[in-house]
Amino acid sequence: MKAYLSLNLRILYWVLLAPWTGRMFRISEVFRQTATIALRAFPMVALTAFSVGFTLAMQSATELRKLGGEMFVPDLVSVSLLRELGPVLIAVIVIGRSGSAIAAELGTMKVSEEVEALEVMAINPVRFLVVPRCLALLLALPLLTVLGNCIGIAGGWTVCRFFLDMTTPGFVLSALRSADAWDLYSGVIKSVVFAWIAGTVACNAGLGVEGGAAGVGRATTHSVVTGLLAMLVANAVLTAIFFVHA
Amino acid sequence: MSEAPVLEVRDLVRRFGRRTVLNGISFTVHKGETLVIMGGSGCGKSTLLRHLVGVMRPSSGSIRLFGEEITGLASGPLDAVRRRFGMLFQSGALLQSLTVGENVALPLVEHGKLDAGVIDLVVKMKLELVGLTGFEHFYPAEISGGMRKRVGLARALALDPELLFSDEPTSGLDPIMTAVVDELTTTLTRKLGMTAVVVTHDMTSAFRIASRMIMLGAGKRQGTIIAEGTPDAIRTHPCPEVQQFIRGEADGPVPLRLSKDDYIERLLGTPRPAPKTAEL
Repeated sequence: MKAYLSLNLRILYWVLLAPWTGRMFRISEVFRQTATIALRAFPMVALTAFSVGFTLAMQSATELRKLGGEMFVPDLVSVSLLRELGPVLIAVIVIGRSGSAIAAELGTMKVSEEVEALEVMAINPVRFLVVPRCLALLLALPLLTVLGNCIGIAGGWTVCRFFLDMTTPGFVLSALRSADAWDLYSGVIKSVVFAWIAGTVACNAGLGVEGGAAGVGRATTHSVVTGLLAMLVANAVLTAIFFVHA
Repeated sequence: MSEAPVLEVRDLVRRFGRRTVLNGISFTVHKGETLVIMGGSGCGKSTLLRHLVGVMRPSSGSIRLFGEEITGLASGPLDAVRRRFGMLFQSGALLQSLTVGENVALPLVEHGKLDAGVIDLVVKMKLELVGLTGFEHFYPAEISGGMRKRVGLARALALDPELLFSDEPTSGLDPIMTAVVDELTTTLTRKLGMTAVVVTHDMTSAFRIASRMIMLGAGKRQGTIIAEGTPDAIRTHPCPEVQQFIRGEADGPVPLRLSKDDYIERLLGTPRPAPKTAEL
């Protein structure tokens, strides 16, 4: 825990303070990592989001039909996706895919003396390796969340349009009736927090590797399990802050 | 040698739990010298080197690099010292995600404040020094282990360091390339005044490049310097362990071949009845 908190402070130092003293992190690497993470995760995000939106609409349509409330399917799909399912499911994918990849990459660099070589060359590993990856996740995860929300709602629209005989304008109006801008913003804010958790947990696990290939395996598993648990706890806290009013 | 030493180590001790790996190591290295550190596998040579570059902190003792005590130095001032030396790692330790050229350019990009054209030129010069002209665009995974080590050497020399640390610089190299690397080290130290600290097992190479040598002991003398002197002094050193090591003999005071007497005992972990006749 001490190492994790120390890493968080060092990342904040290199992002917020060091650039004012002329020691900038690698901006080009941030964009390269963002593109890599976003492009590689996008197919899985799109498929998951569409599938969730589609099944959510089907399940809710079945139940709401009994009450004569089919017209509320778009409301339910859009609010569920924007507030909860979109940010959480896409964070699960990114933690499982990109977080584990970051932990494994940094862990391999640690055991093959690459991190030590950077230190000996007076190149700070946090500035050189960790900051670009964390910032890339901070850019990529909200972007993927917004795209995933759109694709998920498209999944819901598919059910409403082709199985419930709802018109497209009718679906859009109904979806916008319940969901407001804050639903979108809250989801994006959540995704930013989840991205920070994913990046810092993965980098901490990777840089803490000891014991060769087995250590890399353990760190990768640890980063996914810890990242998911921390993300779910953070989600509950944020939902309580955003939506539970006394 | 009135000039202050480039590197001064005093009473260096490093313990890992109850095991003492370095036990009161002291030596100095002056400008232009090549100090070769020898010793058997596991005697603490690489651990010593890691302490010298500030990656590990000693349990006690002092390390002064360029006159600055580095054992308790914070990362900022330590980085300022590190910019004055280069290090060649045993495995090369190249960044796998960067090309050969980008690896060599890394210290220049990070510390040199040079424009891209100059960096490109310096990278080509350094690669030429180690016989790897034209390999700039290869990735480390696409070249052999020996070539990776030479790229590591080119990277270590990128900023024209005052001091070069090398961990097994010639292991994995063919005899011709070993001679090239030795000649390069000799040229840099004797003609250009660079200082070198080299950890090696390769006795031919060691005697070719060294101006001074130290040998670390094993067994009961683990972590201590058992011999120190010029290559000629080491060749004629009276210590039998030193002679066994430099001649590469299997039999001698370093007990690598275990006695046949207690073979069964070693296997089964139980004492057996005393043999009637001792055999070896």
